[in-house]
Amino acid sequence: MWNELFLLPFLTGLALAIVLPVLGAYLRLRDEWLAALAYAHIAAAGALLALVSSLPPAVGGIGTALAAGAGKRFFAARLSGGASYALLLVGSWSVAVLLAANHPLAERLGHALFDGQLYFADGPTLALVAIGGTVSLLALRALSRNLLLAHLYPDFFRIRGLRAWPTQLGFDVLAALCLALATMSLGVMGAFALVFIPPWLAFRRSASWRGGLLRALAIGLAAYLGAFGLALWLDQPFGPILALLLVGIGLIIA
Amino acid sequence: MSILLHLEGVVAGWQQPATRPVDLSLAAGEIVGLTGPNGAGKSTVLAAVAGRARVFAGRLTRSAGLRLALQTQEVPPVVGLPLSGRKLLALTGASPVGLPPWLADRLDQRLDRLSGGQRHYLALWAVLDTPADLVLLDEPTNNLDRAGVAHLTRHLRDLAASGRGILIVSHDAGFVAAACDRVVTLEPCDVE
Repeated sequence: MWNELFLLPFLTGLALAIVLPVLGAYLRLRDEWLAALAYAHIAAAGALLALVSSLPPAVGGIGTALAAGAGKRFFAARLSGGASYALLLVGSWSVAVLLAANHPLAERLGHALFDGQLYFADGPTLALVAIGGTVSLLALRALSRNLLLAHLYPDFFRIRGLRAWPTQLGFDVLAALCLALATMSLGVMGAFALVFIPPWLAFRRSASWRGGLLRALAIGLAAYLGAFGLALWLDQPFGPILALLLVGIGLIIA
Repeated sequence: MSILLHLEGVVAGWQQPATRPVDLSLAAGEIVGLTGPNGAGKSTVLAAVAGRARVFAGRLTRSAGLRLALQTQEVPPVVGLPLSGRKLLALTGASPVGLPPWLADRLDQRLDRLSGGQRHYLALWAVLDTPADLVLLDEPTNNLDRAGVAHLTRHLRDLAASGRGILIVSHDAGFVAAACDRVVTLEPCDVE
């Protein structure tokens, strides 16, 4: 019974609890933590748009988030200082709320996306998250040195005649993909909490970059396992329980 | 010795010309200082050599396949990040061999828990010790105490002896006199 009902959702969330804190560490490095919230909202709006257009919501969510991740660099010169993420966040929230207000099906899915619908994760969802998560972790490992160098020595690539844009674009697309996958299962705020809070706590205490990644991962996993059990025990939605638990851990450790 | 860099009447700037015409030549194994009053455009000339600023007039020639290393006045943003000095050096491919003892002992500490001078010297070392033919330094003695300046001067001489060309922008007259083979002084630019 437990296997049938909860194993697939548990494994889906577990995969996300491994990927998101690590991704969050690199977003924090780049001062782009707002991107997590923006991509989550874009994915939600995209999923609702797809639904009212009779398309699979997952395709719409992932597609619009990927388009935003790949497209934002074209506006980077005019929208510096995180303005692009703020505009994307506000715009996509507006679209999502308007769609939910005018379409009964969109209203139901909208609630699910913002609250989190982990317990509805099925086999295809787990497969998508497992593949996307594995690819993301491998890509982050490959991009890590360049991401750190680009932050510490912004001229490093140009002065050596190397191209920086594949690293930048690659990371933007990666972040959009992970947040879209996470939003479909954990909800907007659950995904954001796993991206933001573990690295924020880990960076305060860790002595090395690797130590920071491992500590963020440990905090994320511990919070996920605790939240999954608590949400089942209390019969409450998973997303808010996860977010509350992470906030509590944050307040205690900080 | 082979010429690495040649500037002939170069007028550099960002949105508009910001320097008087500059003539300068730098060979492998040579250390050249670029001095002048504030506003003369020393850093702008260095930025033009690095390809960051525009060349409005004159001719700037780099030798074919020239590998550059650049240190700017901006300190790498490390506050709040769990990054050690050892990680910083590993990222740029720099070796810790030759670091002064007062830094070598602190390589595993977080960069944001070092003093400003220690952090500056590590960030500078990470640039100096990477594979490059021409090293461009902008006010490298900022935040350094006397021991740091003396160590830097010796290390620059060693780098030059190994065949690297080094172009230094500095307002530190004592350091320039001790470290440089030649000095080019920029006159103030009249452009507002």
